[in-house]
Amino acid sequence: MALAREDSSPLFAGTVAGTLRLILYLAFAMVLMVLDHRNGWMWRIRYTTSAVVEPVYRLAGMPAAGMRNLSVAFADRQLLTEQNQRLREDLLLANAKLNRMASVAEQNERLKELLATQHSLELNVQLARVIDVDLGSYRHRMLVNVGERDGVKKGQVVIDAHGVIGQVVEVMPRTSLVMLVTDPDHAIPVVVERTGLRTVAYGSRDGDLLSLPNISMAADVRPGDKLLTSGLGGRFPPGFPVGEIRGVEPGASGMFLEGRARPTADLDRSEDVLILHDQAEPAGPPEPATQAGPPADLAPAPAATAATLPRVAPISATPASATPASATPASASTAP
Amino acid sequence: MNKQRVGLLWFSGSLAFALLSMLVPLPGALQPFKPYWPALFLLYWALEAGDQRVSLGLAFCIGLCADLLDGVLLGEQAMRLCALVFIALRFRSRLRFFPMWQQTLAVLALLLNDRVVLLIVRAFAGESFPPATWWISPFVGAALWPFLFLLMDDLRLRLRLQ
Repeated sequence: MALAREDSSPLFAGTVAGTLRLILYLAFAMVLMVLDHRNGWMWRIRYTTSAVVEPVYRLAGMPAAGMRNLSVAFADRQLLTEQNQRLREDLLLANAKLNRMASVAEQNERLKELLATQHSLELNVQLARVIDVDLGSYRHRMLVNVGERDGVKKGQVVIDAHGVIGQVVEVMPRTSLVMLVTDPDHAIPVVVERTGLRTVAYGSRDGDLLSLPNISMAADVRPGDKLLTSGLGGRFPPGFPVGEIRGVEPGASGMFLEGRARPTADLDRSEDVLILHDQAEPAGPPEPATQAGPPADLAPAPAATAATLPRVAPISATPASATPASATPASASTAP
Repeated sequence: MNKQRVGLLWFSGSLAFALLSMLVPLPGALQPFKPYWPALFLLYWALEAGDQRVSLGLAFCIGLCADLLDGVLLGEQAMRLCALVFIALRFRSRLRFFPMWQQTLAVLALLLNDRVVLLIVRAFAGESFPPATWWISPFVGAALWPFLFLLMDDLRLRLRLQ
């Protein structure tokens, strides 16, 4: 048997059967790739095999976790003391800020109730830990340790202390995959905080930056401007920081300005992230943005004409039909 | 019989180790330097044991496992590893008796070819062109090849495995 094998692989020339087998395998791989690219089978298969795959991820993440633990174990005592001191100061500062925020939030809540908007401020979040695994290089994804069993659903928004990180794109029983805002396939509707300009921030093809390819030429956007989520589209709740403009230059087409922004969230450093649970409303179509209508200074004029027109008609009609002429000046004076 | 079983365990263990080390994350700056471990280990076994152990079917299966773990595109690595193993098996008789530096150059050529195949697949999938640092990995893989080969050979001889 072994001799026969040796005969079938001669020194310099291969056999036809071997080449045929290669072609067969390559064709099979290509069919798989095309089917996967079209139908997204990968994730269905991964979902079913996740019981086997997940322990492997944990195993592969162990060296990184071990290094972190080692660095803590062998850290200098003085370094730790300094760090502790700094953290304590930070905590104090944060607490002070939090107290002020709480009062502002309370005030805000009262004002909002006064305005009869049922928009709740409190965030329904879930803490998740990032599993450190290299999921193919140059892909802007991360894996977190909560999944379907913890109530995570596809499309949920992921944030950290500084801003939006991304959104959940695939959910497995105990882990889920998050697409980062810097992924070339990702887009997020944003608003420039200073001017209120609405635009869309895409992930960029190179590096960890956001790109804003369609800012109109006349728009006022400067480096240092902060970008917030605009809430349009209904997926990202409004008001979360997304990035900070780094530079603006004319785009390749010459018709738009192209901005580059740095994400505010610690995309490559955060170990713990927060997953926003869907707020109660977004089940239906997205609620219209408050500033979607015409500007406020234009609004009263059409309203006034619309209100006066029907009122003018009865006034002009009433004297002609029934009432005496002496009553007309009185009713006309009350109308405006 | 027992020795054979240990040998098989050693073989499959090294391949599992290769798959696992593919997943191990590195600090951001070192990321482009990570060699393609499954290819290196499959090459070693293809040169060492020939088609008694490493066949196109095995390369395909390993590639599928890697795809499942990596989550990129099902069949991508299967195709790359198949092509790699096919070339290695075809030229095995010559590659085996090359001096080490020539063998290293051959491995470099194989790994570069692998990157080109990957580039073609990505181009068809409509993905962007990777940065220049993407091409460093094959060179690192080739630089590691002599050490990997000698280490594995030494361990194999020491354990007296087939």
